[in-house]
Amino acid sequence: MTDALSRLLETRDWLMADGATGTNLFNMGLQSGDAPELWNEAHPDRIRTLYKSAVDAGSDIFLTNSFGGNASRLKLHGAEKRAHELSRISAELGRDVADTAGRTVVVAGSVGPTGDIFEPLGPLTHSLAVEMFHEQAEGLKDGGADVLWLETISAPEEYRAAAEAFGLAGMPWCGTMSFDTAGRTMMGVTSADMVAMVEGLDNPPLAFGANCGTGASDLLRTVLGFVAQGSERPIIAKGNAGIPKYHEGHIHYDGTPALMADYAVMARDCGATIIGGCCGTMPEHLEQMREALETRPRGPRPTLDQITDTLGGFSSANDGTGDDGNAPAPRRSSRRRRG
Amino acid sequence: MSDDEDELILSELDDDELVQQMFDDLYDGLKEEIEEGVNILLERGWAPYRILTEALVGGMTVVGKDFRDGILFVPEVLLAANAMKGGMFILKPLLAETGAPRMGKMVIGTVKGDIHDIGKNLVSMMMEGAGFEVVDIGINNPVENYLEALETEQPDILGMSALLTTTMPYMKVVIDTMVEKGLRDDYVVLVGGAPLNEEFGRAIGADGYCRDAAVAVEMAKDYVSRKHNQGVATGT
Repeated sequence: MTDALSRLLETRDWLMADGATGTNLFNMGLQSGDAPELWNEAHPDRIRTLYKSAVDAGSDIFLTNSFGGNASRLKLHGAEKRAHELSRISAELGRDVADTAGRTVVVAGSVGPTGDIFEPLGPLTHSLAVEMFHEQAEGLKDGGADVLWLETISAPEEYRAAAEAFGLAGMPWCGTMSFDTAGRTMMGVTSADMVAMVEGLDNPPLAFGANCGTGASDLLRTVLGFVAQGSERPIIAKGNAGIPKYHEGHIHYDGTPALMADYAVMARDCGATIIGGCCGTMPEHLEQMREALETRPRGPRPTLDQITDTLGGFSSANDGTGDDGNAPAPRRSSRRRRG
Repeated sequence: MSDDEDELILSELDDDELVQQMFDDLYDGLKEEIEEGVNILLERGWAPYRILTEALVGGMTVVGKDFRDGILFVPEVLLAANAMKGGMFILKPLLAETGAPRMGKMVIGTVKGDIHDIGKNLVSMMMEGAGFEVVDIGINNPVENYLEALETEQPDILGMSALLTTTMPYMKVVIDTMVEKGLRDDYVVLVGGAPLNEEFGRAIGADGYCRDAAVAVEMAKDYVSRKHNQGVATGT
């Protein structure tokens, strides 16, 4: 028996994922600093509304409200013992919404980073990370998630630990990293590095890609970086709807629905198969993205100039891949080698 | 390791060469070598404050610039900061004894709901690297924690960090509470974290948004020196 996502990927040449979780929950009254995952229990109606808004706007895949549902993150709220339970409920609510959608909709169990740094620089060990991800994975599986969905990862160690944990749970999965620092992840991973890592995994994902980071144009440069490596694996593009701005106590993103529609078709032309939004992407953005993906024809792969002309400039001059001729040089060279 | 590669003997280098080598060793995150270098300079009669500013702060400035320019990333900077810490551990008691000048003091913490401490730790280490005294109140801080730390520590600067879009608005809660209590103008408030930008910093009423740890240090130096100048001008 194959999973719902694999079946959709066999019949369709693009799929639309969902938009923001946090931005939408704020609009429903979530207070800054509170754990969104606790709402799975306290306000199941609002979480169903969130999921349904993505489905009604045309998403083929939506992510569960479990991004911070690992023990390390839940510890902040004294809920570290509830990782399995809160993740399970997030998937159960998703199952309800997907099964009444009248078409195939994939419930993707969201798994975010632990927030800890791996040894030797930090306290996190491989086995501890695997244990935490495994616990959350079992909860999402028990709640009926079709696939697991790792997102916003910066450290390759953490991506590998999750891959192993998802294998232990026997669940198909997807995994994206966040490229927010000069075109790389915070830990320095380039798009090319990620492809090499993904293809080297014992339990590789169904699809891989990029989410969040900075703006939509940077994210597409990263997608082009994936494509340049020649991987056959489906690529995920989940970019932010512009840049965050603060307005009357709330965060708003300046990317318009029309801009995100352009981003969606450009992402497909770049070579992405699964296209969605991240922070700031609301149902009205998703509706226009869906319409654009359905009505606009495929075009040639955009150049970097075409991306910046349409979506705005990049946040850094280069992204650490390809010809490094214009990359800045280190100010010190290592003259010493440890014996 | 090949036989023809000569082992560097730090104690055989003259002062200038040693400081240059310490810049390289900081860049490469070699803690033991930095500790050795600090001890050699102390033996040669260097004042602790001179070692701090010329060797350690000088070296960390290079690290900070390459971090800012996307040449070094978090893992390398953490290693460099760890090496710096090794040197600071030796110098700290000596600096206090010798009454070395102080740059200023900062209280720093990640806001409520956010456990991310990578950015905050980088800023702490770079600020210490620049000679500031840093009081780190950790992660997941409600407004009460910030107020208490301001009261007991009396810093020049308050630093707040957030990595999530779900937690960054809490910075405004802290600043608004400071305004309510009439404390806002007593401190320089600097904010930072991946989802933030300059406009956000302005909108919530912070004095500055720091794109990265290197910018935080530059801004902190700038504000503290202006404060000092003001003090002289008004005679307070």
